[in-house]
Amino acid sequence: MNTWVYIFKRIIGSIPILFIVSLISFFLIRLSPIDPLAQLKLNPAISEETIKKETERLGLNKPVIIQYTIWLKNFLSGNMGYCVDNTRVSTKIKHRILNTLLLSVCVIFFSWIIAIPLGILGAVYYNSLFDKILTVLSSMGMAIPSFFFAILMLLFAQKTGWFPLGGLTSVDFFEMGLLDKIIDISKHLVLPVFVLTTISLSSLTRQMRANLLDVLNSEYVKFAYAKGLVKTKVILKHAVRNALNPIITLLGFEFAGLLSGAALTEYVFQYPGLGKLILEAVMQSDINLVMASLMLGSFMLIVGNILADILLKLTDKRVKI
Amino acid sequence: MIQGLKTSFNSLKKDKIPFCAFLILFTLYFLIIFADFFAIYPPTYANRSLAYQPPSNVYILDKNNKLQKPYTYNYTKTFNRETLSIEYKQKRDKKYNIKFFADGYEYRFLGLFKTKKHLIAKPDNCNLFLLGTDINGHDVYSRLFFGGQISLTIGFLALLISFPIGALYGGISGYLGGRVDKILMRIAEAIMSIPSFYLLIILSSILPSNMTSKERFALITAILAFIGWAGFSRVIRGMVLSIKNADYIKSIETIGAGKSRIILKHILPQTSSYIIIAITLSVPSYILAESGLSFLGLGIQLPDASWGNMLREAQEFANIIYRPWLLTPGFLIFIAVLSFNVLGDKIRDMLDPKTVK
Repeated sequence: MNTWVYIFKRIIGSIPILFIVSLISFFLIRLSPIDPLAQLKLNPAISEETIKKETERLGLNKPVIIQYTIWLKNFLSGNMGYCVDNTRVSTKIKHRILNTLLLSVCVIFFSWIIAIPLGILGAVYYNSLFDKILTVLSSMGMAIPSFFFAILMLLFAQKTGWFPLGGLTSVDFFEMGLLDKIIDISKHLVLPVFVLTTISLSSLTRQMRANLLDVLNSEYVKFAYAKGLVKTKVILKHAVRNALNPIITLLGFEFAGLLSGAALTEYVFQYPGLGKLILEAVMQSDINLVMASLMLGSFMLIVGNILADILLKLTDKRVKI
Repeated sequence: MIQGLKTSFNSLKKDKIPFCAFLILFTLYFLIIFADFFAIYPPTYANRSLAYQPPSNVYILDKNNKLQKPYTYNYTKTFNRETLSIEYKQKRDKKYNIKFFADGYEYRFLGLFKTKKHLIAKPDNCNLFLLGTDINGHDVYSRLFFGGQISLTIGFLALLISFPIGALYGGISGYLGGRVDKILMRIAEAIMSIPSFYLLIILSSILPSNMTSKERFALITAILAFIGWAGFSRVIRGMVLSIKNADYIKSIETIGAGKSRIILKHILPQTSSYIIIAITLSVPSYILAESGLSFLGLGIQLPDASWGNMLREAQEFANIIYRPWLLTPGFLIFIAVLSFNVLGDKIRDMLDPKTVK
């Protein structure tokens, strides 16, 4: 099948899923006992009339099903509505998504670049001291709670003063030149990326090591050795390529894990990403904002999965999609 | 059965690292089962006037470097007018000997009988806080035990709900096939495609705030269970698809067994070794999810303790720098999860026939 047709089919196939996602999440949020207008109602300076207007503007006086259809209609026409504080959802969410994507892409890049060589070395020198240390370190990396690790890193940053304490930009960001801006952002990115990379790196290294171990035991690798090929050539040219395939499938899952794992890390580092936004939105029961970020989060997850499948097709010609 | 357990325990003993993990977990669960015995203060103890007291140092040497019974000093609390902060200083005028196996607060030992015996009891008039206190004047040391009771059990309870549901759902979907399969799997896929932590946050925010702590515990467990079943059911469905074409299933069908009987008695038991592996490997993620949720204030809430909500104080930057003793629950989560991971790997190696020996 042509790759483009396949992509098209997958995207069409994801529409009913997104629809169910929206249905589930909308009704779940509407069950929430938090009143989105609680803050306004507590403020004595705000009149009854304003509150009534707000209720109508947010559609809170209508039954839930009607609220949902209104939301769906608006969402499909590209209008994500307004937040409780009357800013447009789309403007608020745009930067956050870019920030989260920036973070995730950096993490995926670094964890792959580091994990695959480590996994290969672990498998090739199976049961050596290096392999044992690697196993211990990777189990430790998988066990540490992301938020706790982030807290420890903040402590580290405070003690050494090498890195800024959270956020994405410095206070005087807008007065900087382009080069300074890039340096500033990368300085802020170091710690969150480090925390998330350590966590995803650990499981990736283990997967790579296990896959390569499986492949190294297979007949065709033994055959390649018997033919008299050099060890490095056998491993890099024959074994690694096959061991890589299951890892590529994991890429989609990894992306999903990142979106979830990043939420807590973003929260601790006060990083302005999607995870922190959705947390704030949930606390205020800001339905439009929660729905928009949920839908986009799910969309990103589905796209991640599709990308992983396509990548798999590109690397392994045997895979039929 | 007992013989089988014995052999697997012996093979566990041979491997040092998984055996250590097993011992650590055994100790942790032992400590939380007898939490009241090890704790110094009752779970609800809070003394606001002693907020943020640093850990009481315990000494065993006196001034002349002679060995003594363990003793400690009290702190005095002063308000520093220049820095506008409360300072604690050790008052070295009176020693307090720490009492072992002595009387403390009254509790029910394992819910059976009332007793006052504790491993460590605080001397009269002494503010003994081995790991300091938090903002409400809770004793961090005692709460580690009570928090562990929640943090280390909630994952298991959630698994006990989510895995049967996932297995049944996947079994029905795989065995019936056709339109039922399509609809059921679309729903599972939809739940899987919401980033799980986002879903967790939303579900927890639904919970009303006026619940008793028991209700809250039960509902948080249910929420955690709700996240895991979908992915699991898909794997089970895949396995069922291949099992249902086996000859023995065909023969049972010809005899005329009902569908529910076939799924429950003949198909699902075939997946049991996978289910055991999946359970042991997913305990850690449930523990981490609970701690994350409680850390955000959406999980277990005060006055109840859990390791996650004890770490909530670490959200304030001043606390991390000046009161590092508040970070102890984090290390315990780390140790517990690490041990579960190591042990889970070992169990998988023992049960999975594919593993290279």
